[in-house]
Amino acid sequence: MVLWELFHTFFYMGFFSFGGGYAMMPFIEAAVTKYGWMSSEQLTNMIAIAGMSPGPIAANSAILIGYSTAGISGAIIAAAAILLPSLILVLIAAAFFVKMHHNPLVEAMFYGLKPLVTSLIIFAAISFAQSNHLVAINGSFRSISLWIIFVLSLFALLKLRWNPIYVIVLSGLIGITLYS
Amino acid sequence: MKESWKTLIEIFWTFFKISPVTFGGGFAMVPLIEREIVEKRKWLDSEEVADVFALSQTIPGSVAINCATFVGYRVGGVKGALAAMIGVSLPTFLIVLALGASYLFIHDHPKLEAAFVSIRISIVAIIIYAAIKIAKTAIVDKTTFFITLTGVPVLFFVHPTAAILLGALTGVVVVFSKKRMGYKHKKKKDPATNPDYFMGAGI
Repeated sequence: MVLWELFHTFFYMGFFSFGGGYAMMPFIEAAVTKYGWMSSEQLTNMIAIAGMSPGPIAANSAILIGYSTAGISGAIIAAAAILLPSLILVLIAAAFFVKMHHNPLVEAMFYGLKPLVTSLIIFAAISFAQSNHLVAINGSFRSISLWIIFVLSLFALLKLRWNPIYVIVLSGLIGITLYS
Repeated sequence: MKESWKTLIEIFWTFFKISPVTFGGGFAMVPLIEREIVEKRKWLDSEEVADVFALSQTIPGSVAINCATFVGYRVGGVKGALAAMIGVSLPTFLIVLALGASYLFIHDHPKLEAAFVSIRISIVAIIIYAAIKIAKTAIVDKTTFFITLTGVPVLFFVHPTAAILLGALTGVVVVFSKKRMGYKHKKKKDPATNPDYFMGAGI
């Protein structure tokens, strides 16, 4: 039953997976809430591990969610489910539409799709900020220090052009120093 | 028959080797694929590879995986596509699984919990960074800005799928009605030569 839930969630998601892993977070969050697979904090941890690993973040998240809800078989089912749409669509495209990206209709679709993918990622940022208590500001040490970590992370990514993986690792070390 | 098995194993092995360097799912792999596929193996020429890259972004899913699957199909048909897909996915699958298993094994440890308190906040920053990066290529005029702006509140009420379909539909309606009214739709640069086009690549 869980395996079937995992399969159809990620199979379906695979057909709409435009614009990199973080655009898929609203899909993943909706499914995790619907089936009660894990808490939103656990989900954010999974996303962090997915971001630290090589490979696409959407597929990595699927593997991790599959593994934590149903073990190895869950991981395999989730990975197969998210890869299958790519396989099907690549085969169709390779057989019929090799010059598809020059098609005016496809270009027009992407003209509207890309800004919407941006909305998806902004939406993901808002809901992750909410579920990780970033918006609930009070004067406590924890709340203030978390805001500082947030600003420093953004600074490292945008201005210092750090690789996100370094940001995650360093942030983890800061967390151990401050909160344990 | 023996010959085809040899090709399949070659395809599998080529992408198996490239796979672990594809942090973030795509762009890092592009020069490596070019070197392996065009220069070393001579499976495709560089013009064909440019087409494969462009098409891989048009298809949902990771650019790296789509690209590998595509090249695999060109070289070895459907079996080749499957060999390439498994080859490019297997190493990262195993690494992710190992990391996930060790996380679940020790996630109750107070030090790891403390680390993740901070990491979760950084993830929010990384997602915002991803949004900014993609906005730079997606928001090219007032219309696209408007789509992004209305898209966010809309997502609180409709499923992401519906939003994606609405976005694509809006794009088609806007572009074609502008054309009908005589506006000229600005043509973007060739995606293969413009790395910014790689949507969300590297993140």
